Amino acid sequence: MIPEIGNFSLMVATAVALVLGTLPIVGAARGNVRWMALARPASRVLFLLVVVAASCLWASLLHDDFSVEYVATVSARALPLQYKVAAFWGGHEGSMLLWLLILSFWMFAVSVFSTHLPREMIARILGVMGLIAMGFLLFIILTSNPFGRLLPGVPDGNDLNPLLQDPGMVAHPPMLYMGYVGFSVAFAFAIAALLGGNLDATWARWSRPWTTVAWTFLTVGICLGSAWAYYTLGWGGWWFWDPVENASFMPWLAGTALMHSLAVTEKRSGFKVWTVLLAIFAFSLSLLGTFLVRSGVLTSVHAFASDPRRGVFILIFLGVVIGGSLALFAWRAPKVGLGERFEIVSRESMLLANNVLFLAAAACVLLGTLYPLMLDSLGLGKISVGPPYFDAVFVPLMAPALFLMGIGPLARWRKANLPEIAARLKWAAGVSVLCAVAVPLLEGRWSVMVACGVLLATWIFCSTVVNLWSRLRPADGGQIGAKFAALPRGYLGMLTAHVGVAVFIVGVTLVKGYEVEKDVRMDVGDTVAIGPYTARFVGTSEGSGPNYLYLRGQFEMLRGDKLVRTMFPEKRKFASKDEPMTNAAIAPSIGGDLYVSMGEPVSQTAWVVRVYYKPFVDWIWGGCLVMACGGVLALSDRRYRLSQRRSAEEVSAAGATA
Amino acid sequence: MKPRTKRLVLVLAGLGAAGVAATLVVNAFRSNLVFFFTPSQIAADEAPRNRAFRIGGLVLAGSLHREGTTVQFLVTDTAKTVPVTYVGILPDLFKEGKGVVAQGKLESDGVFHASEVLAKHDENYMPPEAAEALKRARGGQPDSTATLVVGPSSGGRVADAVPDRVASGVTNSVANGVANSAVNGTVNSAGGSRQ
Repeated sequence: MIPEIGNFSLMVATAVALVLGTLPIVGAARGNVRWMALARPASRVLFLLVVVAASCLWASLLHDDFSVEYVATVSARALPLQYKVAAFWGGHEGSMLLWLLILSFWMFAVSVFSTHLPREMIARILGVMGLIAMGFLLFIILTSNPFGRLLPGVPDGNDLNPLLQDPGMVAHPPMLYMGYVGFSVAFAFAIAALLGGNLDATWARWSRPWTTVAWTFLTVGICLGSAWAYYTLGWGGWWFWDPVENASFMPWLAGTALMHSLAVTEKRSGFKVWTVLLAIFAFSLSLLGTFLVRSGVLTSVHAFASDPRRGVFILIFLGVVIGGSLALFAWRAPKVGLGERFEIVSRESMLLANNVLFLAAAACVLLGTLYPLMLDSLGLGKISVGPPYFDAVFVPLMAPALFLMGIGPLARWRKANLPEIAARLKWAAGVSVLCAVAVPLLEGRWSVMVACGVLLATWIFCSTVVNLWSRLRPADGGQIGAKFAALPRGYLGMLTAHVGVAVFIVGVTLVKGYEVEKDVRMDVGDTVAIGPYTARFVGTSEGSGPNYLYLRGQFEMLRGDKLVRTMFPEKRKFASKDEPMTNAAIAPSIGGDLYVSMGEPVSQTAWVVRVYYKPFVDWIWGGCLVMACGGVLALSDRRYRLSQRRSAEEVSAAGATA
Repeated sequence: MKPRTKRLVLVLAGLGAAGVAATLVVNAFRSNLVFFFTPSQIAADEAPRNRAFRIGGLVLAGSLHREGTTVQFLVTDTAKTVPVTYVGILPDLFKEGKGVVAQGKLESDGVFHASEVLAKHDENYMPPEAAEALKRARGGQPDSTATLVVGPSSGGRVADAVPDRVASGVTNSVANGVANSAVNGTVNSAGGSRQ
């Protein structure tokens, strides 16, 4: 019964989405107030219906209803509770439902928080989102229904892939989707503005917080995914340039460019056309990512969909959305007009450079991801594009953007003075060069790569400090504390996010430059030197977890003669799978991680063991989280709340005069 | 600066950036594309020497041999085999009789020195390259009498690791059976991940 309720509410939701996607948009074009007024209630009803459907799937998962095909595929009786909950997105059908759930959540949020928007605008925004929702609803109902029955039911399910039975599974997919799908709001704002022809600073101010919130979620989502891959896949790497990772990274790059471009549109009403185009790109890349990951064109753990109908459907949907919005753009954009003028050296031009570099990087990642697929589908042979390509292209493109990060925030709008900026950044440059020389020397091994990385990281950090100090300087009078409290949160958020980038670069640089990786044969009592530590293999023991048996190794980590840490890597054997799973033991610390994982036994007591020392690796994710904190700070800026109140007043005043 | 000059500078800067990006991409592409070869192609001497490429196929049952951290095994597309050696820990899903993809270089001794063994698939899932190799081998020579004898160029160490029953060639059909079921398995799991 429960699955049928879910199925039914999805069907009703499709009808609601059809109404939402047509009437308010038409109403906005014709000035029909009653049709426009449908947008808000319709989007709330849609949200409610999708929540009902999602709850039904959760209920079936928690009740172990193995007569539901999807539940039987991704769950099992012995699966721990949190993974039964996460099994919701453990397969293709559920993931699509999660996509839809989050999309309708964002619609609901827009309908709640945008009371201040003009009627036409909100009708168009929710209408566009309704159309997207309808596409996904049709996709779910026609090709990937999670409520399909399996009659007669089976006694026990297939179990969730052991690789996915991890706390990362609970948090990573929802976070990532919140980000992916969140760009649909910026997209809808852009399309609504194109339809209405009112692209101005107000539009940018409305759309900016939505973009920031999506970007923040996406940052956290990618960060979690990377950390998960690091500790679970047993390779000790944190980024593989795998197509699945690229699929999430491309919208991030476009979204980052969009955030910066929106700043210009809001402050200077410049880059309007460009901002709209970026909003279209960011969401298109999100959709493309969904297509890449879910259609089965890639082979990885993520590609559980292999039904060609699905691929065709997503491809058509992709074509309609991207093609349609670009056509609309081509038709309407020329009417938008240019923003205010600016000089070659100005904050605008630097933000433009940032945009160009980020988009170029996104394009290069796109090329490296799609090229092998295209060759393959054209029958021109199988090739692969590995990490060396991405490293070779991505790093040189990002380096100038990182350099500009130091200067841009100090430059004035419209016309900046280079000598003045240079004078202000004198000591920042000095300290950076000093650190760039000193750090590799202190670490004991000189390398140009490390020096450049440290140079850029300290450059960003020091110039951020200079920037902040220039606002707080006691010489200009006033209390430092009071001045700090008076700083706009948006500004602090920007500085925080930039510091996050610096932290991230430190992590990447030092781990690439100084990591130690050893695959060694170890018998009981053997030791191996690893970085500043020595690892000793003590022995193995056996036991059982909630739904698996394990064989646990014991390793003592010594620094000099002192025991620092005892580590327990495991080999886990799940009942539902033949192969054992490797569970690495990681001892994290701010200065670097120790990483031990067990390979195969080579004799009664000896094992092939992988021992890594990863200096500063945690700074990579720490940096991402600091970036996300910057996003949260920016969101709490007073001006969004003020602007809401102000425009609400304006609207009501306008209403009164009318 | 006049608006026109300014626009010119901006356009030139944009073109310059695009040019640099394009150069980077072309260079990086040229040197980093990794091509794919099947064991049959390697046997026919089509694979490059001293350049990294990928091979795919099945790990021949019984061919896995460990010596400390060095692993040796044979990769077959059911028509030909290639000896592979790898130093390090194999992924969890690496198994005899299952599909595998390895990246590395073919050395002059005819042994493929893998720098990376990929098995980012679950146990029902065949890596596309491995499936492709089997498909080509079957499609090219459907009634092939080609045996699974280790080629004369392969290193002695690996040849030692090959069990007699494989080298005899009698088991070609058996190996083919494995391959068939493996390929069918892919199809099944592809069409029927909904089991």
